[in-house]
Amino acid sequence: MNLLKLSWKYLVAKPLNTSLNILLLALGLAIITVLLLMQEQFENKMTKDAVGIDLVIGAKGSPLQLVLSSVYHIDFPTGNIALEEAIGVSRNRLIKNTIPLGMGDNYRGFRIVGTNHDYLALYGVTFSAGSSWTLPFDVVIGQNVAKKLELTVGDTFVGSHGIGSASHDHDEHDYKVVGIMAQSGSVVDQLILTSMESVWYTHDEGHDHEKMQLPVATTGFPQTEEDREITSLLVEYRNPIAAVQLPRFINSRSSLQAASPSFEISRLFELLGIGVTLIQSLAIIIIIISGLGIFIALYNSLKERKYDLAVMRTVGASKGVLFLHILLEGVLLTFLGSLLGLFIGHLFLFILVVSYDQGAIAGLRADVFLVEEVYLVLFAMIIGVLASLIPAWSAYRTDIAKQLTK
Amino acid sequence: MLKATSIQFTYDKKRLFTLPDMSLSPGDELLILGKSGSGKTTLLHILGGLLAPQAGEVIISGTPLYSLKGNKLDRFRGKNIGIVFQKPHILSALTVFENLQLANFFVGQKRANELEKTLADLGILDKKHAKIDTLSEGEAQRVSIARALSNQPKLILADEPTASLDDENAEKVIQLLKAQAKRLEAVLVVVTHDQRVKNHIANQLTIGALQA
Repeated sequence: MNLLKLSWKYLVAKPLNTSLNILLLALGLAIITVLLLMQEQFENKMTKDAVGIDLVIGAKGSPLQLVLSSVYHIDFPTGNIALEEAIGVSRNRLIKNTIPLGMGDNYRGFRIVGTNHDYLALYGVTFSAGSSWTLPFDVVIGQNVAKKLELTVGDTFVGSHGIGSASHDHDEHDYKVVGIMAQSGSVVDQLILTSMESVWYTHDEGHDHEKMQLPVATTGFPQTEEDREITSLLVEYRNPIAAVQLPRFINSRSSLQAASPSFEISRLFELLGIGVTLIQSLAIIIIIISGLGIFIALYNSLKERKYDLAVMRTVGASKGVLFLHILLEGVLLTFLGSLLGLFIGHLFLFILVVSYDQGAIAGLRADVFLVEEVYLVLFAMIIGVLASLIPAWSAYRTDIAKQLTK
Repeated sequence: MLKATSIQFTYDKKRLFTLPDMSLSPGDELLILGKSGSGKTTLLHILGGLLAPQAGEVIISGTPLYSLKGNKLDRFRGKNIGIVFQKPHILSALTVFENLQLANFFVGQKRANELEKTLADLGILDKKHAKIDTLSEGEAQRVSIARALSNQPKLILADEPTASLDDENAEKVIQLLKAQAKRLEAVLVVVTHDQRVKNHIANQLTIGALQA
């Protein structure tokens, strides 16, 4: 027998009351845990995915939409731009390097993105099977795509028009998987990558079978005589001055739009921040209510327990021991509540990630633990101390003789 | 062993209890008789270190009880004084054995073997792991005696231990108290107005309220 066990026994003796208080606290903490995990991983992922991309150039429209579609592959593209124009702007002396992107098709919800090998280099892609594309209609697929669709090297599939859900199939020519990219934790896990040429040819009406056998461009823009379009350009600046001059130049002097990922994303987080703060406040209110619940439960039970406490004193417990006994009960309750809360939080995120494997939260992990979670447990225990302080004090002051003669 | 000298106590300013002096040796028994309101429970509380008197001193094994303060008094009481109340007042969140272990824990002892022996002596060893609410009244009172004996006290105080029991159980309880006090060579003080107890303890003291 020890004090911890004693407090535990009293908690177990009132299972309904105890579990209600634990659940309420756990709920509040679970919300905060999910928010913490998502916020932390979102920011990490957002930053990671945008590394090396100083600017995105695309069709006029919402700059946030341009960044979301071209860097994170979540929103729809703003439209297409002429290849000629893109080549023109890429010759700007402030630009060090550009990577073209062509979008518009998907295969069972996963986006097919036309680009060149520079895009693979940008994300440091390595292959777990096969290798990069060399011919039109060769594709490499991200690890999540491979797992979800059970595709392996050599498989073929037909892309569908549209970004998310299919409108009609491009059944004239099959894509062929030539490589599977190793898990990277970045956006490419969710993508099907191919050459710019593949995206063009799949939308062409006629079929030039000779063209299909020619190797594709692995860097820069493909050579073509025809009027072609691309969706956007990822830009790397040559020097810091570019950050000041280039966006303004492009936005005012051309029919194109330039958007900075870091700027747009911080704007997005600012917008989301209001919602996050709201949910956080709600969670804190729930936690405060659960703290009150614990206080009331302890305080009420104390009325019935005064006799127990007096008896404990007669068999040798000091006032301080009784104080600790009640305090421990509150802390034990909130400690268990916080553990349950963390568990529910992770479980909830896990369910969320498993059920939405293509959207913005794809690639988040539920098995990541943060230092902040330790703080959450400490915070919960402080709540426990606060909630049980007054009942514990009242236990401390119990007058034995008076209590025993009642 | 147990000495009480010139003890005075008052609830309010009007009624003053003056309690008779007493001096008892190990193994002695004392029955204190008195009507309700005669101050016998108060006397028991004073002897048990639960309530400080206005004047006078209680000395147990050479230690003046009320020279001890706070934690020291609690611990001294836990170690040396076992108290049996009119109602069992066993902690219902714990099992029978846990109730006894708790008494050990508060004074920093572990006597699992002795606890079992006590339970066996009192005939409730089979109730060792029983929940409190499954006990009969007689059993519960025996558990409370076992708890009072947990720390092998030098002084056993019993406050109306038979009041809520039927004749058979009352007889058993008083015999058990006497037997255990003998075994531990402890002083046994029983406070009661129960006539059934009278025949069992020869050394008797009757007290009554005195007007100041």
